Amino acid sequence: MNTAFPVNPETTRLKTKQTKGLRHYMQIPYTVELRSDTGLFNAKLGVWLFLASEVMLFGALFSSYVLLRVGADHWPHGWEELNIPLATLNTVVLISSSVTMVMSWASLKMGSFKKYKMYMGLTILCALIFLVVKGFEYGHKFEIGHYPSHDTFLAIYFTLTGLHGLHVIGGIVLNSYLWGPGSRMWNSQPERFTNRVEVAGLYWHFVDLVWIFLFPVLYLL
Amino acid sequence: MSETHAEDIKKHVRTYIMVFVALLALTIVTVTVSTLHLSTFAAVTVALIIAAIKGSLVASYFMHLISEKKLIYAVLVLTVVFFVGLMFLPVSAFSDKITMP
Repeated sequence: MNTAFPVNPETTRLKTKQTKGLRHYMQIPYTVELRSDTGLFNAKLGVWLFLASEVMLFGALFSSYVLLRVGADHWPHGWEELNIPLATLNTVVLISSSVTMVMSWASLKMGSFKKYKMYMGLTILCALIFLVVKGFEYGHKFEIGHYPSHDTFLAIYFTLTGLHGLHVIGGIVLNSYLWGPGSRMWNSQPERFTNRVEVAGLYWHFVDLVWIFLFPVLYLL
Repeated sequence: MSETHAEDIKKHVRTYIMVFVALLALTIVTVTVSTLHLSTFAAVTVALIIAAIKGSLVASYFMHLISEKKLIYAVLVLTVVFFVGLMFLPVSAFSDKITMP
């Protein structure tokens, strides 16, 4: 067990409580305590299983990309069609947000809620910058009439970056909750909150990881 | 990672900064290489190797895979097997080309 936080056995043990009226609620087990068989808290295994399914989702689209590209008579180079400087900027922004995300978790581990708020705030800010830059890229494409229907390259470009963009939006929603109202949990169950931030981080790093592959595949090749 | 103490975390933070610098450097390298306009085969090989290194850095250090429990590795090994299968589909499709008479 972590010694950085006082452990309240009341909150870490699985138990049923009777509340007002007929409502019963059961506390979610193993949010802090490690299961003896898996050696993990449940949310971590859950998120990793979710990420495994995400690998297959993006994998299916990557494999479609390969099929479309190899089968095409002509395939434009990314640098002819797309804005490399903007995408490079976005790569730097997303990598930075991954660092601030892991720093926000490390801050909680070191007991500094103030630093957590700062780093998590920066993570959300970076994610918003990423979306704004992506918005400019999309906007320019639409201005010159380059819609997904324009050619196969743009169809797969919009599909892959669009799905990735949705993941960025999902991350913003999740991280904003953990930055705002969700952060109240720090006062009552600090370890559980730290674990929440850790698994939110796993998701966020995955979104960064997908971009690390999307960037060269779509823009640089 | 829940067994780590504040002192260990401070060491981790230094690692995170180093990984950050490495990721930025590799981004510059991959963009620079792309301006050389190598042959498609060489360009794809170099770009994917650099992306794989960057991806491994993120997974190993930011996602803490360097020191994770066995069950997570087992899940990921299974995922890799299926992912490789998925990537093999386009390859098998092209080895079975329909030839026009």
